[in-house]
Amino acid sequence: MSDLTSLSMADALAGLDAGDFSSKELTQSYLDAVEAGQAINAYTTVTADQALDMAAAADDARAAGTPGPLAGIPLAVKDLFCTKGVLTTASSHILDGFHPEYESTVTSNLWRDGAVMLGKVSLDEFAMGSSNETSYFGSVENPWRADDGQSRVPGGSSGGSAAAVAAHLAVAATGTDTGGSIRQPSSYCGLTGMKPTYGRCSRWGVIAFASSLDQAGPIARSVKDTALMLGSMAGYDAKDSTSIDTPVPDYAAALTGDIRGLKVGIPKEYRLDDTPAEILALWDQGIDWLKQSGAEIVDISLPHTKYALATYYIVAPAEASSNLARYDGVKYGLRVPGDSLIDMYENTRAEGFGEEVTRRILIGTYVLSAGYYDAYYLKAQKVRSLIARDFEQAYQSCDVILTPTAPSAAFAPGENADDPISMYLNDVFTVPASLAGLPGISVPAGLSGEGLPLGLQLLGRPFDEETVLRAAGVLEEAAGFTAQPSKWW
Amino acid sequence: MSVDKETVARIAHLARIKMPEEALEPVTGSLNNILEWVEQLSEVNTDDVEPMTSVVHARLSQRQDGVNDGDMRDSVLKNAPNAEHGFFAVPKVIE
Repeated sequence: MSDLTSLSMADALAGLDAGDFSSKELTQSYLDAVEAGQAINAYTTVTADQALDMAAAADDARAAGTPGPLAGIPLAVKDLFCTKGVLTTASSHILDGFHPEYESTVTSNLWRDGAVMLGKVSLDEFAMGSSNETSYFGSVENPWRADDGQSRVPGGSSGGSAAAVAAHLAVAATGTDTGGSIRQPSSYCGLTGMKPTYGRCSRWGVIAFASSLDQAGPIARSVKDTALMLGSMAGYDAKDSTSIDTPVPDYAAALTGDIRGLKVGIPKEYRLDDTPAEILALWDQGIDWLKQSGAEIVDISLPHTKYALATYYIVAPAEASSNLARYDGVKYGLRVPGDSLIDMYENTRAEGFGEEVTRRILIGTYVLSAGYYDAYYLKAQKVRSLIARDFEQAYQSCDVILTPTAPSAAFAPGENADDPISMYLNDVFTVPASLAGLPGISVPAGLSGEGLPLGLQLLGRPFDEETVLRAAGVLEEAAGFTAQPSKWW
Repeated sequence: MSVDKETVARIAHLARIKMPEEALEPVTGSLNNILEWVEQLSEVNTDDVEPMTSVVHARLSQRQDGVNDGDMRDSVLKNAPNAEHGFFAVPKVIE
């Protein structure tokens, strides 16, 4: 890592403002790091020329005294965001050669504010996975390795985003979170990642997985960087009917470091019997840190927590089966010829979708099919109401909720590959808030016995990202997590 | 509830995904594991509970019912695997 790639977003902005270096120099340092870091397999497409052009434009804007809030900051974009004229794959074979004719609202907002696109980063195919092993373009490696040198998955689905940021192949990256896809990889890679409230960031131009759950957010190397980037990503967009028209606060200004009197809820149902002792110990440590900073700890109950994963694995595949119906070999991407139109559809989709995506489409098709809709989908949406109600009641006695982010540190490649349900269990602590549409953040808080990062999760009330970030800032300060992966790439 | 191979074949056809005969058995097993696991929801009493229809409590916004976009045929067709005469081209459907 060169000196420039070691800077946080906040420090890089300060350096650019002071004229210590230009965005072109900063961007070139990152492009060099990306080139040297290919073994991680984080990037699906590198847009070097475009990056240098954007950097030059940012330098010009700064010289003219009109820089945007993120002017000159090189970012990676999860390859689920449509980027005009740049290959967009969702890490799927079925989108072969797709070059969108439009730009997603979230990335448009980032470029409006002067950020620089380094390229597109890998994910689990269509964001369906927790390990980044289902990408058509191969697994992504976690920059962190266990003390014995064994490799680890970066988590998922935003695994390429997290790996790129952890290895300093980008200052920060966009992610999307449907059931934990920002928070879990952030935890696995020692980063801060935030899923804002459903409706905070526009979903327009983000390739859809489960529309009532999908939400974009940042993955970065500090709480402040996360706050800075979220401020640019968020905002009302008339093109997304579920986007909420409410002002975007100055998130960085929310990081006052003062949480005296803040009520922090601790849900007893998250203390699972089979959760490893080191995860529970870190959670207790987190409780202690917040208490020492003046927060008041409140025991709360979220009684329907144990049903969240099963609810999610009905609702999300149902929505996915509907959303992914559009990939038919007609409008974009792969086409595999057939004897008839239907034969062409079936051949294209069989070849274009990977195993996990196919499994979820089939589950979704089944639970929505005649005769089963009430038993599965309607039932799940009712339980989802109860899960959301649990949170509403809890927030009558607390302001934020503290939990572990994931039930383990990053696991080894292939470890959960044979059993879909064991893979789904990685999201046990993140899925409930997704179902309720609530904001959540993962903050790196310690190392596992194997030397791998572990995160703690803070959840908040709808549209109260500020309080979540404020508490996260205090947690970050107390944890003092400064460990870095040893460079093997 | 569980599914058999015939049901899986029917679902796969509904989903327009070609499934070779030899794939049906493992897929059926995998789907049944998941369906058995989600069965736990039947324990939850949901009498008098409304299904969730919107994630955040907000009224959908309205806009003028007017044309605000369009005239981009070539852009729409740009990524098509096969476009002819300004249309998406597909295998013959009508004899």
